Amino acid sequence: MLFSPKNGKKSNGGNGEIIAMRALRKVYDTGAIQVEALRGIDLAVHRNEFVSIVGPSGSGKSTLLNIVGCLDVATEGSYLLDGEEVAGLDLDQLADIRNRKVGFVFQSFNLLPHITAYENVEMPLLFKGAGARERRERVETLFEQVGLGDRMHHRPVELSGGQMQRVAIARALACEPALLLADEPTGNLDTTSGKDILGLFEDLAERGHTLVLITHDMALAERTKRIVRIQDGRIVEDRPTSQAA
Amino acid sequence: MLRAGLIFKLFRRGAQIQRKRMAMTVAAIAWGTLSIVLLLSFGEGMKRSFSKGSKGLGEGIVVVWANATSKAFEGFPQGRNLRFHPDDVALVRATIPEIVSASGEMRRWGNNLSHGRKSLTKPVIGAEPEYGELRNMIPVEGGRFLNVRDETEKRRVAFVGDELAEELFGEKDPVGETLLINQVPFTVVGVLKKKIQMGMYGGPDSNVAVIPLSTFRSLFGRVYLSDMVVKAADPAENETIKKRLFEVLGAKYRFDPTDERALQMWDTHESQQVTINISLGIQIFLGVIGGLTLLIGGVGVANIMYAVVKHRTKEIGVQMALGARRSYVLGPLVLESLALTAFGGAIGVGVGYGLVRLLGFLQTKANSEALEFMGAPTFSPAIAATTVLLLGTIGFLAGYFPSRRAVAIQPAEALRYE
Repeated sequence: MLFSPKNGKKSNGGNGEIIAMRALRKVYDTGAIQVEALRGIDLAVHRNEFVSIVGPSGSGKSTLLNIVGCLDVATEGSYLLDGEEVAGLDLDQLADIRNRKVGFVFQSFNLLPHITAYENVEMPLLFKGAGARERRERVETLFEQVGLGDRMHHRPVELSGGQMQRVAIARALACEPALLLADEPTGNLDTTSGKDILGLFEDLAERGHTLVLITHDMALAERTKRIVRIQDGRIVEDRPTSQAA
Repeated sequence: MLRAGLIFKLFRRGAQIQRKRMAMTVAAIAWGTLSIVLLLSFGEGMKRSFSKGSKGLGEGIVVVWANATSKAFEGFPQGRNLRFHPDDVALVRATIPEIVSASGEMRRWGNNLSHGRKSLTKPVIGAEPEYGELRNMIPVEGGRFLNVRDETEKRRVAFVGDELAEELFGEKDPVGETLLINQVPFTVVGVLKKKIQMGMYGGPDSNVAVIPLSTFRSLFGRVYLSDMVVKAADPAENETIKKRLFEVLGAKYRFDPTDERALQMWDTHESQQVTINISLGIQIFLGVIGGLTLLIGGVGVANIMYAVVKHRTKEIGVQMALGARRSYVLGPLVLESLALTAFGGAIGVGVGYGLVRLLGFLQTKANSEALEFMGAPTFSPAIAATTVLLLGTIGFLAGYFPSRRAVAIQPAEALRYE
């Protein structure tokens, strides 16, 4: 049950859009030159979708990921995340939105090395302001769910790559986010662990989570239900996969 | 409350890296703190010694000499010499209510003082009983200063300075012994308790014999006072007293009360203020030197905090991605900087305090006049407060600026950092 997203989600304008982007542009101004990384993106991702965003390096998919995850802000256009307009929010408001609505899974896991796996998963709950008991119960359940109940008090260096990514997924799920955002989540894993993690994602998607996966691995993308291809800062293809049926 | 707890929790989890560098920084702060504690303690010791020394002459007293007029007045020409009569003391006491204590003083140089086979040439002072308290002439236990009966009965008794007593009587207790002043026998009734005397007129008190004013007058046939010593209940009234002395004595001796040359005065309260200001100046100077040394330690802390922030840029990015507000990133880093300074500061203050105690102890053993004058280094609550305040400020600033840089960048950028 804990792997399922919160019940009774807000209606978000009625259409159930988790991501709603309109004419989104991102320009990097380096002083001498201006680089337009995103040139007008229109993208809608609905609740319970399992989407992959693909494209070659330099296509703008990382920029898009940063903006989707509120790690960066767009230069122009509008972006509603789970019904909330993101443009114009200050750094702390953005931090709150990331905390409540987005769960990140990174290619290089990004676990904090000097604290235990348990403390890593506990961290977003601390930021949320959850009480000690709620935190403990939630973290313990999450570890059970990702199958690492016996590894909770190990430090990241004492875990394998697959285990670290499982901890990272547990951390991403800690605050029951509306959107799970994964950036090349199997990129640093061997084939077996990669399959494992992908299985975990499919399981999450089955249970009704909204997942966006950024990858350049087409085989992996085909396992999701929809592929959005981006090139030169524009969406050039948006199609369902064979899994969609 | 929850936020403070969270910040502390994050601090505890973060402050474990780069131990070697941190140890060096703590040492730098400890060194800076030690310098400031020692310098301020020496300054404080010097200030106390100065203050004590400036009180050696008497606290808040005004010494008045009769001079010569510089203005013609009521038919009298200018340049007329003035002299005080012993009765003038009673006159100023009666007419100037601000004066609570006063004594006339007569001085004579080149007297032969002898005891047994020892013979010395020293000054002798004739003074009234109030003189002892006015001039801080405190007797060693077992003796006393001159009293009223000595004065009224013209007794041949003497109060002697400590150095004079040692020269004449050696190890022997002089109280009760006979001292010959110009072959006239006097009984020693008290010996001056050793004091630091910075200001003086006519030689240090340690080297004179004081006898009753009445005895002095009949012995040497003197009519006029050398000077008068007066004191107000509150030194703030010294200005009034000085003005009134010109008026009262001007009326008696017929000189213009605005004639500043007619009377010469030494307001020890005024010179004490100067001394206090000088020692305060020295203390500020020492404090600034110490503060600058501590600042170098502070730069060290800022330096390591910049390194820590750089080292943890990616971690900070991860925390921000997980929803850390700016204060959750800033707080632990500032706390870390404060902890480093507090730790170094505690070591510095501890060692400094120990050294101050040790130096103070060694100084009492050294028996050097120069060291005695400089005063024993003294650790005071004010020094502790100054040090803590400086350390706190440095610690906070050294943590705040580097961490502010950390939270100013977008999380996306911090996450890219390798």
